[in-house]
Amino acid sequence: MKKSLFVLLMGVCLTNLATAQKFFTKAGRIDFNATAPSSPENIQAVNRTVTCVLDAANGNLQFAVLIKGFTFERALMQEHFNENYLESDKFPKAEFKGAVVNNTAVNYSKDGTYALTVKGKLTIHGQTKDVEAPGKLVVQGGKVNATASFPVMLADYGVAIPGVVADKVNKIAKIDVACNLEPLKS
Amino acid sequence: MKQPTLLVLFFLISMTVQAQDDLLSLLGEEKPKKERVKYAFKSPRVINAHSMEFLNPGTMDFRILHRFGTLDQGYKNFFGLDQASMRMSFDFGLLHNLMVGVGRSTFKKEVDAFIKYAPIRQSKGPWSSPVTLAFVSGITVDGLPWADPTRENYFSSRLAFYHQAILGRKFSEGFSFQLMPTVVHKNLVQAASDPNDIIALGVGGRLKLSKRMALTWDYTHVLVGMPASGYYNPLSIGLDIETGGHVFQLHVTNATGMNERAFITETTGQWGKGQVRFGFNLSRTFQLKKPKLD
Repeated sequence: MKKSLFVLLMGVCLTNLATAQKFFTKAGRIDFNATAPSSPENIQAVNRTVTCVLDAANGNLQFAVLIKGFTFERALMQEHFNENYLESDKFPKAEFKGAVVNNTAVNYSKDGTYALTVKGKLTIHGQTKDVEAPGKLVVQGGKVNATASFPVMLADYGVAIPGVVADKVNKIAKIDVACNLEPLKS
Repeated sequence: MKQPTLLVLFFLISMTVQAQDDLLSLLGEEKPKKERVKYAFKSPRVINAHSMEFLNPGTMDFRILHRFGTLDQGYKNFFGLDQASMRMSFDFGLLHNLMVGVGRSTFKKEVDAFIKYAPIRQSKGPWSSPVTLAFVSGITVDGLPWADPTRENYFSSRLAFYHQAILGRKFSEGFSFQLMPTVVHKNLVQAASDPNDIIALGVGGRLKLSKRMALTWDYTHVLVGMPASGYYNPLSIGLDIETGGHVFQLHVTNATGMNERAFITETTGQWGKGQVRFGFNLSRTFQLKKPKLD
């Protein structure tokens, strides 16, 4: 009796520990693309230093990214992105705090691919908005690869596009997120 | 029963760890990094003078500069717009703190070239510097026919040199200011009494009016070696307007020359007498070397 209780509790603890697993990266990638259809040049940038933590137990998911870490092909574009549009000195970070809606469907201890929905609050340029985006999780060998793609209406975050560049900069930017998450050892 | 109690405790602990709210804080505080203070000026030139700012590495700045006639000529010369003096130049950003440039002016058919380097750039964070310290060295080559072809003329007589230090600071998002101690050496001067070396102190500043517009000014005060008469200190006041890939610098100035030798030592207009001229600098930046985005 005593022994079986011990085994049971031990089992509960172990599963609990297994699901309490968190995954993280500091080298995630975000692609930003706001090229208008009529634009002769690409208004796009990449950031390869995205920080992300995913809590497998409850699906909580958080991102943080430094605006100054976005690299454009044209340095002048990068300058304008930081100085005039995103005002990175005032608002150095963009953040997402939310959760995987259908987290229970994901088995983090077994290899597999899951379509999922992420929901939460996105903060860019000091303004916070509710967002929901479809994404994909690939669990492989104890690691998690997470990708998502969603549009961001620039005006929603107080980023104004002046008329003189309206034919180049799209009002809606496409954001692609890709993170290879590794287990977080606490 | 001791072991199960311990296990229950363990179970509870593992639950509390799980309920953590701020996940990103699990990764630990980020160490503050040294970061360059950028965009003190919209362009590597205030108006006439070099600014504390550099071109981004891998970019080329094609500049077209115009200075019109003096405004005091009135309608007869359409307030000076009937006459124009120009300078065309190509500047190249090599490193974040190193650039070179070459230009040619219609005034005296002069070719000029410079190299500009900043050992210290303004930054914030640990081990930061509150100011940018930059040095510029340049050469100018007069292209006019010899004034007196009958005597023996040397190529070196066409040359002048300038050396300048720039001590500047971006005080706030909207306000930048710089000091520029400068020496100009002319191999040949007009009159025997004119000095070959001129020592001057320049000031330059920018006040942002909006995200894409700024008030700029530069002034150079000749301390030692101003020729006896007819020459004045150059003062320019302008408006920077930024549109996508271009920067327009519209201004009024009493200087015609657009290189250091010309505007520091050969400015003949007087602000007090309305001998100022309208001018503009047009800057178009090209990205020659692109970083990979894939």
